[in-house]
Amino acid sequence: MATTADTGKPPVAQRASRPPDITSVPVRHYGQWVFTVIIIYIGAAILFSLAKNANVQWDVVWAYLFKPLTLRGVVVTIELTVIAMIMGGIGGVVLAVMRLSSNPVLGAVAGFYIWFFRGTPVLVQILVWGYLGALYPTIFLGLPFMGVVFGSWETSAVIGAFAAACLGLGLNEAAYDAELVRAGIMSVSPGQSEAALSLGMPWGMSMYRVVLPQAMRIIIPPFGNNTISMLKTTSLVSVIGGNELLTRLETVWGQTFEIIPLLVVACIWYLALTTIFSIGQYYLEKHFGKGHSRKVEAGKKKKPKPAGLVATLETDASKLEQAASEIPEEHR
Amino acid sequence: MSEQPMVLAENVWKSFGSNVVLKGVDLRVEKGQVVVLLGPSGGGKSTILRCINHLEKIQGGRLSVDGTLVGYTERHGKLYEMTTKKVAKQRSAIGMVFQSFNLFPHFTTLENVTVAPIRVKKMNRAEAVEIGTKMLVRVGLADRADYYPAQLSGGQQQRVAIARALCMSPQLMLFDEPTSALDPELVAEVLDVMKELAKSGMTMVCVTHETGFAREVADLVAVLDGGVVIEYGPPSQVFDNPKDPRTAEFLSAVL
Repeated sequence: MATTADTGKPPVAQRASRPPDITSVPVRHYGQWVFTVIIIYIGAAILFSLAKNANVQWDVVWAYLFKPLTLRGVVVTIELTVIAMIMGGIGGVVLAVMRLSSNPVLGAVAGFYIWFFRGTPVLVQILVWGYLGALYPTIFLGLPFMGVVFGSWETSAVIGAFAAACLGLGLNEAAYDAELVRAGIMSVSPGQSEAALSLGMPWGMSMYRVVLPQAMRIIIPPFGNNTISMLKTTSLVSVIGGNELLTRLETVWGQTFEIIPLLVVACIWYLALTTIFSIGQYYLEKHFGKGHSRKVEAGKKKKPKPAGLVATLETDASKLEQAASEIPEEHR
Repeated sequence: MSEQPMVLAENVWKSFGSNVVLKGVDLRVEKGQVVVLLGPSGGGKSTILRCINHLEKIQGGRLSVDGTLVGYTERHGKLYEMTTKKVAKQRSAIGMVFQSFNLFPHFTTLENVTVAPIRVKKMNRAEAVEIGTKMLVRVGLADRADYYPAQLSGGQQQRVAIARALCMSPQLMLFDEPTSALDPELVAEVLDVMKELAKSGMTMVCVTHETGFAREVADLVAVLDGGVVIEYGPPSQVFDNPKDPRTAEFLSAVL
């Protein structure tokens, strides 16, 4: 203090060189160590009980894991997921834009759609599409009430199990994605569309060029989450014989009664697929996060660790553990 | 002057619900003039600015830009609402600069200034890039063409926003408190760009609290309070010899 008062300047110490890095004894987390040991113990017990469990029939699991029948089912599962998410994504954007437009008719139509498809279970919707032939035995193209018919077809011929599965999953997904997209659009500051409008862009262009690309950043993470959810929801179409992974395995165990090993096969494949989709999500998020980091040098790309992927893997692994622990004692 | 004024507001009324914001605003801006709008917050400065490019719809009076009504066409003494397409075309000739910059964060600086010429004017990319680069040089930011807005300072962002508006070769520029969101040391760089623009003969309507800028550059100063213009005249008259006591009161608070 005295120096400061005397010279009128803050005291500045002589800094000849940078001091060595601090070495200190870190805090010991004994609780963490104990917990780790307990977790390893429980995990090992579960893994051991599965690995040594004759009921799992690992030889059957290996035999079916890469069988053409299984692989064809995996392909259909992927196809269904991709088609349903494309339908859901496009439908969701259209519905969200309709809902936010100044046209009250469009808004009401979108509102009704979302109300209906969110209000009924997706399993019921899949069944309705699967049994549409019982409701409408024939489909015709023409003008209703006027007797104008350009052509008519048998419903079961037009909408097979696969098409019914796509319709059931995709139309339902669109209702959920609409709310997601709407939230994303509303998260973009109104100043953005005002700036776009003031440059002479019509409303639609300002939406497409300015607002939606920014909304994407908000939309992509939950949309990726929905995609992973959809991968597993596709198993519901086994009720109408959708020919995806679970349906095909079901038909096998219907004859061989090897239920447990085939369920393990299904779990392994679903886990593998969700893992791959999570990686894709990480790269999508990176693409749409463009312009949102101050740290990135112009033209340079940073390489952060895919935290989302790790988290997803961890949760999936813990779910598996949880599921495994629910297997009754006598089966271990 | 036989020429049309660039902006002509006659008895303009505007309300948001029950809140009447403009209560008969008259304003006349000749071509090449710089008009500064002053006044206490809530006085209607920003609202009249937003009405000029039809971001807000007026409820009474007449408002025209370069002799054409804003948002309406008049035929046989009747007003017809313009289609959104025509409104967009009308807006493309009026540049606007916002308090919060509103640059597009997902575009680089160059993409920000070229998107409207390419998409709205259907200009080819090379030509748009040429004009965009020229405007970035004009605001002194040619070396920041590949940066994203988040990598620029507030002053730089606002200069890019001005360049973005200029790329549409507007006949009128509107400034809505362009320096109010800036740190004090960054205000000058934006004002310098605006002064250069004024010298080049651009017609400008600026809402700003920068009285120094108003004194130096403005041809006319209008003071708005309670939704009406309470004082209108050259800066020397308004600042040194205000007629309305409310003007004197407001000026003593900001100067």
